[in-house]
Amino acid sequence: MADFFQQVVAGLASGGIYAALALALVLIHRATGVINFAQGEMATFSTYILWTLTANHGWPYWPAFAFTLAVSFAGGIAIHQVVIRPVERGSLLRVVIVTIGLLLLLNGAMTWIWGGEVRAVENPFPTRTIDVAGVAISLQDLYTIAVVLGTVVVLWAFFQFTKVGLAMRAAAVNPAEARLVGVRVAWMLGLGWGLAAALGAIAGALTAPSVFLDPNMMQAVLIYAFAAAVLGGIDSPAGAVVGGLLLGVGLNLLGTYVDFVGADLRLPAALLVILVVLLVKPSGLFGRPEVKRV
Amino acid sequence: MAPLLELAAVEARYGPVQALRGISLSVEPGEVVAVLGANGAGKTTTLRAISGTVRRSGTISFAGKTLRGGPEAAAKAGIAHVPEGRGTFTDLSVLENLRLGAYTRRDRDVKRDVERVGGYFPWIPERADQRAGTLSGGEQQMLALGRALMSRPTLLMLDEPSLGLAPMVVREIFRIVRELNEQDGLAVLVVEQDARIALRIASSAYVLEVGKVAVAGTSAELRDNESVRRSYLGY
Amino acid sequence: MRGPAVRTLAPVLAFVALAVLIYVLPAFVSDFRAQQFAYVGIYTLALIGLNVLTGYTGQISLGHGAFMAIGGYTTAILMAGNEQFSGGVKDIWTIPVAGVVAGAVGFLFGLPALRLSGLYLALATFAIAVATPAVIKKFEGFTGGGGGINLFGLPELTAGITPVNVLGFELNFNNWLYVLCWTVTLVGYVLAWLLLRGRTGRAFRAVRDSETAALSSGVNLATYKTLAFAVSAAYCGVAGSLFAIATTFVNPDTFPIALSIFLLVGVVVAGLGSLVGAIAGAIFIYYMQISWAQGMDKVIPDWLPILGDVDTSSPGAPAVVFGVILILLMFVLPGGVSGLVARLGAIARRGYHRSP
Repeated sequence: MADFFQQVVAGLASGGIYAALALALVLIHRATGVINFAQGEMATFSTYILWTLTANHGWPYWPAFAFTLAVSFAGGIAIHQVVIRPVERGSLLRVVIVTIGLLLLLNGAMTWIWGGEVRAVENPFPTRTIDVAGVAISLQDLYTIAVVLGTVVVLWAFFQFTKVGLAMRAAAVNPAEARLVGVRVAWMLGLGWGLAAALGAIAGALTAPSVFLDPNMMQAVLIYAFAAAVLGGIDSPAGAVVGGLLLGVGLNLLGTYVDFVGADLRLPAALLVILVVLLVKPSGLFGRPEVKRV
Repeated sequence: MAPLLELAAVEARYGPVQALRGISLSVEPGEVVAVLGANGAGKTTTLRAISGTVRRSGTISFAGKTLRGGPEAAAKAGIAHVPEGRGTFTDLSVLENLRLGAYTRRDRDVKRDVERVGGYFPWIPERADQRAGTLSGGEQQMLALGRALMSRPTLLMLDEPSLGLAPMVVREIFRIVRELNEQDGLAVLVVEQDARIALRIASSAYVLEVGKVAVAGTSAELRDNESVRRSYLGY
Repeated sequence: MRGPAVRTLAPVLAFVALAVLIYVLPAFVSDFRAQQFAYVGIYTLALIGLNVLTGYTGQISLGHGAFMAIGGYTTAILMAGNEQFSGGVKDIWTIPVAGVVAGAVGFLFGLPALRLSGLYLALATFAIAVATPAVIKKFEGFTGGGGGINLFGLPELTAGITPVNVLGFELNFNNWLYVLCWTVTLVGYVLAWLLLRGRTGRAFRAVRDSETAALSSGVNLATYKTLAFAVSAAYCGVAGSLFAIATTFVNPDTFPIALSIFLLVGVVVAGLGSLVGAIAGAIFIYYMQISWAQGMDKVIPDWLPILGDVDTSSPGAPAVVFGVILILLMFVLPGGVSGLVARLGAIARRGYHRSP
């Protein structure tokens, strides 16, 4: 039983990371209709910036983290302006290929700039366990969950209560009408990419302490994030969060209690989730069925 | 008195199709002007040309300055455009729709204006959190109108407000528009297929045909001219 | 000769000329280059197949590397055997079998895929590509697991040990490989051309352009969508089979996730319709793959200035360069190389008609 709780908490922590990246994917898809295949590499790049600041330049962790968030935010906006805007209106295939090109570009850039060796990133959280009702729970897991939940709440408040958040929501669903009330839709889309990049940075920073940093660090997480986004509904932010948490816990329990799955088939298990959801209810848990425009 | 809005030889095209072939019209401050004509005559395109949502050439001046750029600029200048089909944000709540109407304003009186809109449409405060997509057609039209008012515009542009609505609802909407015009001096440019109801509140009108102005004049002139009424206005 | 006669004759002549060029080429290049170009031929075949799905019916697949894996493993198992089967099938005979097996799986996948479109299909196929290496590793008894299956030195491998005699020419392994791959590819191109120019091609295009319009004009969507999947899978299966013969070894890493992504990239670079485009796409992804593994300085000749003093021997450089090229290509040539060829052709034709 103790094992079960530990696995659930650990699953919530890894699921939280999937949720953060899935949220980034959903934000971008809602606003621009694009699946950003480069989201993982963007997150890894942000983590490299964090690592460089703390390990090479001696910055204390939290200021470095804040700076990384700001740079990632700006970087996301820049990427949207330079790389995505020219092809936004074209065919889906074209935009997908551009994000794949971005994936290659970023991955190569990271190897080029920082080399392919594995790096250790400073862990801002204590690594010991605490005793909760006789069960040893990892503090790092708890802090991870707290950071993700905190981020989600802040984001929710931003979209619900601020003028810009409202404008972004309007621009995502009705860009033409949004322009009529004076919303600069193009900027809102860029903001969406900026927020997504910042979310990716958070996901990367939370992942690095456990798996170490290398250019391919977030590739598996990206796939889990896809699964989470599909599970929750590709246009639903709430879905991304719930989907991520469910997936994290589900995969952990599956890996622990079902021998056949074990550790090697964790990834394919996540993909099976994607396939099943896509076949049974493509719009996911919280999504609304897509109305095809003739 | 200089006109509030003036169009001179405005042309507009959708790709290879020329929709406006040189439109000239003007709206005085506080005036209600109707744009009439059959389907495809270019009425909606005229409004789109003003708000900058379609490629256009020619001169458009508003409040003494040339109007350039897209809809964001028009909105900032004080033009509120209620498009065909209402243009409500169906996924957002009634209140959020109104808040968006005030997007270009920097002052803090937004709350007061929400109340004012509630005065015109008493059902709005009660249903503030309802999703706009679940409202009836008439209610959505009123919401769109309310949203337009939130920006404290100098010119209100309405595109076929009667479309798809029951006659009683249409009458109510036009009554409110007339009230806004008389009480607040709001200038109105209304595009309509139903010429009769439009001419009831408009002081002058332009009848479009195939992208050009076919007939123009005061409402009285157009109403009294039987041949114009028969051939252009349909009654 | 003018008018319609030229229009049908010109492409045929162009094809024949290209074919002749392809067969003559090995005489002028080294053994090693012949082997490289053989791989280009394999990728060309895969791209022709994937083009049927993505270019013509507009369905995006990020999973066709899995069909190459199916073809490759079919060939390997038939030749070398596994725990259940003793092997011993000559390599050439395994090729059509690989195509049929892959095509059948493609058909089976096409059925549920009918319900998905656009992004959802891309994600679903991506899921398959990612799952494939892990699944291959898991079912060790059947696939040889992580250790893979070795084909080197097997008697079933043509020209593996002694040169083979083809039409009077003595061909060693690399040259034989080249001839085999390009013959299959050229045949595959002709077959695809025949398939696409008729009613089937029109139906495919109708599916891409507007499903509703296609439906209302009587096109059975389901049939053509699954047909496109089956055909494209079969082509990739054959390509995978040739790949296994070429590398004389298969294991889960022979057909990695990246392969599926590269295939889609190749199809977009190639553009729709022309063989030249497909070859260009194949060259792009082939060199992208090896420069990734070996560093760009091995690929780019010394005399070609590339971005001033870019350190081309750094491991990250190729990915950066290819990423940038890919993005720029999408800005400038959304129709791929085929689009460029078509535009040049149009310009040439205009000039031709203007001359007295």
